[in-house]
Amino acid sequence: MFPAAFEYARARSVDEALALLAKHGSDARILAGGQSLIPAMRYRLARPAVLVDINPISELSYLREDKGALVVGALARDAALETSAAVKRYRIIADTSVVVADPVVRQSGTVVGSLCHNDPAGDWPVTAIAAGASVLVRGPKGDRVVSIDDFLVDSYTTAVGEGEMAIEVRFPTPPERTAGAYYKMERKVGDFATACAGVRVHLAADGSIDDAGVAIGSVGPKAMRVAEAEKLLRGAKPSKDLMRAAAEAAQKLADPVADNRGSAEFKKAMAGVLVGRALSLAFERLGVGGPK
Amino acid sequence: MSTTTDGMPERHAMGKPMKRTEDPRFIEGRGRYVDDFTLPNMLHLAIVHSPYPHALLKNIDSSEALKLPGVVAVITGKDLEAAKLAWIPTFHGYDKQMVLAVGKVLYQYQEVAGVVATSREVAHDAAELVNVDYEPLDVVADPFSAKTDKTILRDDRENKTNHIYHWEVGEKDKTEAALAKADVTVKDRLWFQRCHPAPLEPCGIVADMNKATGRLTLYMTSQAPHAHRTVVSLVTGIPESNIHIISPDIGGGFGNKVPVYPGYVVATVASVILGVPVKWIETRTENLTTTGFARDYHMDVEIGASKDGKLAALKVSTTADHGAFDAAADPTKYPAGMFGICTGSYDFPVAFTDLDAYFTNKAPGGIAYRCSFRVTEASYAIERSMDILANKLGMDPAQLRLKNFVRKDQFPYKSPLGFVYDSGDYGPTLEKALKQIGYDDLRREQAEKRKRGELMGIGISTFTEVVGAGPSKHFDIMGLKMFDSAEIRIHPTGSGIIRAGTKAQGQGHETTWAQIVAEELGLDPQKFLVEEGDTDTAPYGLGTYASRSTPVAGAAIAMAARKIRDKARIIAAHLLEVAEADVEWKDYKFQVKGAPQKSVTMAQIAFAAYTNPAPGTEPGLEATYYYDPPNMTFPFGAYIAVVDVDKDTGSVNVRRFLAIDDCGTIINPMIVEGQIHGGLTEGFAIAFMQEIGYDKDGNCLNTNFTEYLVPTALETPHWETDKTVTPSPHHPFGAKGVGESPNVGSPAAFVNAVIDALSPLGIRHIDMPLTREKVWRAIRDAEATTAKA
Amino acid sequence: MKINVKVNGKDYERDVEPRTLLVYFLREHLGLTGTHVGCDSSSCGVCTVVLDGDRAVKSCTMFAVQADGHEVMTVEGLAAGGKLHPLQQGFWDQHGLQCGYCTPGMLMTAYALLKRNPNPSEHDIREGISGNLCRCTGYQNIVKAIDQAAKELAAPPAAKEPVKA
Repeated sequence: MFPAAFEYARARSVDEALALLAKHGSDARILAGGQSLIPAMRYRLARPAVLVDINPISELSYLREDKGALVVGALARDAALETSAAVKRYRIIADTSVVVADPVVRQSGTVVGSLCHNDPAGDWPVTAIAAGASVLVRGPKGDRVVSIDDFLVDSYTTAVGEGEMAIEVRFPTPPERTAGAYYKMERKVGDFATACAGVRVHLAADGSIDDAGVAIGSVGPKAMRVAEAEKLLRGAKPSKDLMRAAAEAAQKLADPVADNRGSAEFKKAMAGVLVGRALSLAFERLGVGGPK
Repeated sequence: MSTTTDGMPERHAMGKPMKRTEDPRFIEGRGRYVDDFTLPNMLHLAIVHSPYPHALLKNIDSSEALKLPGVVAVITGKDLEAAKLAWIPTFHGYDKQMVLAVGKVLYQYQEVAGVVATSREVAHDAAELVNVDYEPLDVVADPFSAKTDKTILRDDRENKTNHIYHWEVGEKDKTEAALAKADVTVKDRLWFQRCHPAPLEPCGIVADMNKATGRLTLYMTSQAPHAHRTVVSLVTGIPESNIHIISPDIGGGFGNKVPVYPGYVVATVASVILGVPVKWIETRTENLTTTGFARDYHMDVEIGASKDGKLAALKVSTTADHGAFDAAADPTKYPAGMFGICTGSYDFPVAFTDLDAYFTNKAPGGIAYRCSFRVTEASYAIERSMDILANKLGMDPAQLRLKNFVRKDQFPYKSPLGFVYDSGDYGPTLEKALKQIGYDDLRREQAEKRKRGELMGIGISTFTEVVGAGPSKHFDIMGLKMFDSAEIRIHPTGSGIIRAGTKAQGQGHETTWAQIVAEELGLDPQKFLVEEGDTDTAPYGLGTYASRSTPVAGAAIAMAARKIRDKARIIAAHLLEVAEADVEWKDYKFQVKGAPQKSVTMAQIAFAAYTNPAPGTEPGLEATYYYDPPNMTFPFGAYIAVVDVDKDTGSVNVRRFLAIDDCGTIINPMIVEGQIHGGLTEGFAIAFMQEIGYDKDGNCLNTNFTEYLVPTALETPHWETDKTVTPSPHHPFGAKGVGESPNVGSPAAFVNAVIDALSPLGIRHIDMPLTREKVWRAIRDAEATTAKA
Repeated sequence: MKINVKVNGKDYERDVEPRTLLVYFLREHLGLTGTHVGCDSSSCGVCTVVLDGDRAVKSCTMFAVQADGHEVMTVEGLAAGGKLHPLQQGFWDQHGLQCGYCTPGMLMTAYALLKRNPNPSEHDIREGISGNLCRCTGYQNIVKAIDQAAKELAAPPAAKEPVKA
């Protein structure tokens, strides 16, 4: 209910943040949106000795299209993606932006923060995988760009090393004839997903799929790329059988734990259903198929 | 006199959708809830909880906690034992419960120690440092295991058994014979799951013992402040005249704020010992895991009928799970509350119901969540079973109900389980609902959809419930009879003050009580100050829960107002210079019979009461009334739900929900409609998403709002509401009360609708909450069975 | 740690622990008890306030130190110059409250919602308040209240009727 005591430090620039992280080492946690960290601190599941508040670094709140990518700065709030005109063209991101947490939490929560938190039931990791995103990480040794698959290491664990911080996430601007969709099964607004799925497909000139991203979440220790589904999709033409096969691949891969949201069997089945439905919606958006 | 749109005569204040008088302070954030009170030198209390559901309490080491700066005291069960306060009686007096654990703990999160400190944060920090040694014992996680008595939970009781009591009413032999003879019977185990009222404001107290004056003041989230005052006096020995309970604004009750909780007692003890105010405000987790839960009835329901659907007999046998202590807040003679209403709206020739209650390693309680004392369970049992019966008979569920309703001419109706229903006219209410929902069209649509394998369902619930506890002959709480009271004083300039023994937690009494008085006296309803909740000034009442306020206190208010009118008649005669027999009350004023132009208003009479009193009378204009109701009241209704089920996910969409309620005379239709919206939303939550679950090891699975689910505006359906009006013949203005009807009637409507949708698959019943997985699994299992066949 | 926060237009300087949550800062350090506490998992929203003019924030999920140098509006700051805000009037007119406990949070969320979306549909409103729980009203009249306020705020000044008490 009440967090344990901690020291508070405010960073006004990225350099200052990095210096504070270097100074305090593993004792320090970054405070951005705080919508995952502060609840964990109130339950005393997280007890950082030092909080480095990066909210004053307003230069990090950018959300823009730049050099073939939608670039989302570390302090761009979920709500900014909800209302952005640019985001509307990235259907999978637009779909996700209205189902993360709840509409008040979204006004503080950040995409980058969610990726760094890497909750197994989080939404943004799924979308980032399906969209083929990458994360810019800055540290004392400089910048590096990490593909999302390498970034999301395990439950609550990412490639951000000690003394480093994530600066932005980049979603490649999809070429023409790309559509995506994101589905989240939740018991009510604000719940973590019982299961969730994100897809992105690009059609070649002959109507076959030449690029696909399929990911599922809340059904394993972290969000997972359904590589087998992507393999089935590439080179194939949209069809009911194709969607079913991709869904089965997702169901097979899912490895959930049972909890109040459902048994492992149910969640696995739902991962499949949601992939199927997301593909159906993506095809519909491309004008190549009706709903299931 | 003009008439309103539904043909009722236009009245002065009764029946008006008046805007609420209490709203201004709430919309400006100036409500005064318990946690808003800060007193000088106030300390804070945090509770230490047991992680074990069942364990011996070997040792409590507070030394580390006491070292923390700001910690003033750590109180344990041993400390309370010394003051003879380790145990307190439970509300219906058949059991007692520990305040802080002594000897053993009996449920996960049970209160084990209290830390008093200078701030909330320090109190919580220190609570972490209290070191408790436990020796785990075998856990009894459900009432059926409890029944075996393999592990006895309550060694403090004389009878070493987990069985608490047996209760029954009705004619057992006749009922069983009728069931044996019946053409058709259905028998099902229906579980009404454990859930929790979860008002948004958690429970809390500021206890302030003033050693100089000897007065103990308790600011407390209390739905029954006078009863609590009496209990505190009995338990502490402090005279009631020195106990002042102030129940200020309450952020929702729903029965959660009726019991006395350990936190209240420990805060009070701490204040008495330390001589400073002590505040205890529980966390949401504490609220859900330790305070009064609701339901948890496993009901075996058996109905017998003729093959053409005439009901012959009803038998309901229940296994009740009360948790570690029987803290159910029932009236004394009713350990199973009003469960005997389970014959519902139907004319059963014979019926029998019995119940066995058991202790388990779970939080104590049972009565809460808008239940009208177990009427929610009873209503669910009968309304759910009627649909199962209709299905077996191949009969439309609306027709089965219409065929068996108690008829209007049978009222007052004596049910086979002992209730005398005051009034009702069930057929027209259901007919109105069927017409408004377009029932025949919906059945046609359903038939079409079924051909395509689409799952659409219609669910009906025609409930009769029983509220207004209650007549002194049958009802008491800890010996206190369940009357209620009103004190009304009219000021010289025609405004007034009303004080009642009830305590609203959102029901709008500051508006509706004024409307009653305004109607009786022809005064302005906006010119009345309504006070409740301060035991120093309010007349003694039993509080607000179980929809009793309008039937009992509302009656007291009307009767007190009529006493004032009786005195006003004398003053009127005096002012009009005629004999008393020559004045009549008409058109909201006193007129001389035969000479209506000679009249005088209540406002003029009020002024005269102070400036020109009638000879032989006392000056002033006021009255008090303590109302002992002659009977309970029996609101009823017809609810219809329409749902569509997604086969592949088990998701249920509530497409429409229509509620036709009959609560007799309505004081304020806007407030009634608001109550219905709120209660239906709770029923919806119970039907689809709420449960306080425990695993087989006694671990609580739903401990905060991420797991105990309260629906948001997005999930909540749009509610269609309407009414019929069948006044109560014994109530001064015909009102019955309505607050709990929507929670009583709606769960069965939702479940009936879903099962109706699934019935082509041969699915007979699914217990609540109807989660996606439960629905999905039922469909899959049914389809697998069909595939095998 | 010393912080400077402007709350409802007034400047405050106070000394707080870093771990002091904004909701307790408002309630206990400033005596503004209109903002409430209802849960411990950031689920219920009764603590919602508005930060820097247009951002709704659950004040139980923010530290007071984060508000240093910022502006906070609570329910106590809604009525300007003794006149009720159209949202407050809407809640009163439409019976959008019963116990009143969720009301301040609902009002502040709605305030921020109408800033972002001055012409919300019923669905927009339901979605917009889906981070705020209510146990009493079933939301139906709250939606009507916010709808009334939206129309009132969107109406051109000349067309507005005087607010009825």
